[in-house]
Amino acid sequence: MPRLAPPLAPGEETILSVDGLKVNYGAVAAIRGISLDVKAGEVVALLGANGAGKSTMLRTISGLIRPRAGAISFADERIDRLPPARIVRLGIAHSPEGRRVFGSLSVAENLRLGAAARPDRSTMEADREGVYALFPRLRERMGQAAGTLSGGEQQMLALGRALMAKPKLLLLDEPSLGLAPLVIVSIFKTLAELKAQGVTMLLVEQNITTALGLADRAYVLRTGEIALSGAASELRANYEEVAAAYLGARG
Amino acid sequence: MNTGFYIAQQVINAISLGSLYALVAIGLSMVFGILRMTNFAHGDMMMVGAFGTLVLGWLGLPFGLAFLGGIAIGAIAGVIVERTAYRPVRGSADVTLLLTSLAVTYILENLGILVFSSSPRNFPIPDWMNEALQFYDGQITFTQINVATIVLTAVSLGFLGWFVTRTDAGLGMRAAAEDLGAAQLVGLDVNKLIIVAFAIASGFAGLAGILWAAQSGIVEPDMGFTPLLKAFVAAIIGGFGSIAGALLGGYILGALEVFIVAFLPSEVSPYRDAIVFALLIAFLLFRPNGLLNRTQEVKL
Ligand SMILES: Nc1ncnc2c1ncn2[C@@H]1O[C@H](COP(=O)(O)OP(=O)(O)OP(=O)(O)O)[C@@H](O)[C@H]1O
Ligand SMILES: [Mg+2]
Repeated sequence: MPRLAPPLAPGEETILSVDGLKVNYGAVAAIRGISLDVKAGEVVALLGANGAGKSTMLRTISGLIRPRAGAISFADERIDRLPPARIVRLGIAHSPEGRRVFGSLSVAENLRLGAAARPDRSTMEADREGVYALFPRLRERMGQAAGTLSGGEQQMLALGRALMAKPKLLLLDEPSLGLAPLVIVSIFKTLAELKAQGVTMLLVEQNITTALGLADRAYVLRTGEIALSGAASELRANYEEVAAAYLGARG
Repeated sequence: MNTGFYIAQQVINAISLGSLYALVAIGLSMVFGILRMTNFAHGDMMMVGAFGTLVLGWLGLPFGLAFLGGIAIGAIAGVIVERTAYRPVRGSADVTLLLTSLAVTYILENLGILVFSSSPRNFPIPDWMNEALQFYDGQITFTQINVATIVLTAVSLGFLGWFVTRTDAGLGMRAAAEDLGAAQLVGLDVNKLIIVAFAIASGFAGLAGILWAAQSGIVEPDMGFTPLLKAFVAAIIGGFGSIAGALLGGYILGALEVFIVAFLPSEVSPYRDAIVFALLIAFLLFRPNGLLNRTQEVKL
């Protein structure tokens, strides 16, 4: 089914590879055999309608859910049986759907927790400064309880918290969720900066245009399967095909 | 008798009793905060701590060391209960957790009866602890045990405050209490944090048990039952799951119990516990989140 697959550019190293993954919630299948990969330095978008299985995919990569079948490898190491803390230590940071910042803790404490899994924390302060440089509004509110931040600020914090882990791969689950259009633009500007710095991302989005504007490649999921995949530039040019894959119609 | 001194005396009594309730309630709230389970076996850690001190005393340890040893034994017992009984059912339905912790309570209390028999035993303490300190010609009197209770509780609370605000493990514990899933996603080792929480909670309960036994002079297998109920009330008043709330609730409850007896007509005194539990019901009905209500704002 995957079409428009881009040719592998030589020298590109696969950092994450998912092979034949199946995930169930009880008797309900949420992912029914998905294979995908992410190369170092790439931004890959995971698109699809509500309930397609996007969050389940990220949660399984992070080790919060155990797959029923299939394999997940990160930097050539099998990770699908590892506990979440180990997976973070290997270099995968996950900014979850709905942001999930620690509301009663301060902005600074949330960022400090983002570095919890790092073996080397000597540069923690410098890294926190780096996040404040990226999101100056967080610096102004560093002592404030995260629960009192606006939705957009919470999203910045969730991103900053994930960056504090100095990840090799960043999993982002709907960073645009519930935000005003202007705020979305600003968040994606920051993501573009991160991409320019070489941060590898697997980005879950409902917002097709915005996501395809940032991503190098994309997969479209439908009810737990890959309906379409390809280079973002080609998918942008075939918007109707993407929309059809969303809805399940065959073009 | 001078009214001012009488009031001062009652305030000291209230702080002393409130300290014990706070020590037990904090552990109850801490565990609930992370695991969303009411650990009924928590009261039994008081018994374990007190018997631990008793046995170490029999073995010839000086009281101070037996005291510290009792706290450590309470902490270790809590960790063992978590590893063997609670971890296997973690994430199960609420009723499963409830039944498990009730089962642990029965097992521990019956183990206590098996080893120490069900009749109360004397809890020997050094003579100096029973000494009374008198001020203003005996108008304000308290024993060294009262002093020890208040001072040791203050030290423990100071330690806890430092731990949860200044250490990574403490910060992690607050994070885990707020959102276990997100805590895992930032790479916190939740199992380790839960062990630390049980160790501190049970160590505090052990300390409370030893102080309780020292004040009453006896130790018995079901000695944790009443304090657990009271701690439960205290934790609810303060806001279940909140450490600061449990502290506040403990002292409010201590004050309430002491003041009901001290300042209301003597006919009311027998109804002390009835009033306390009426208060519990009132809180459950009208303010189930307690005084330090931590409403979770969900922003989309
Ligand atoms: N904890 C759960 N228990 C049972 N079923 C679940 C659970 N979480 C998700 N599901 C089901 O699995 C399927 C995939 O859900 P998932 O959250 O991965 O979708 P999604 O693509 O992220 O959707 P959305 O865009 O709405 O976030 C859905 O049918 C959902 O109902
Ligand atoms: Mg989702």
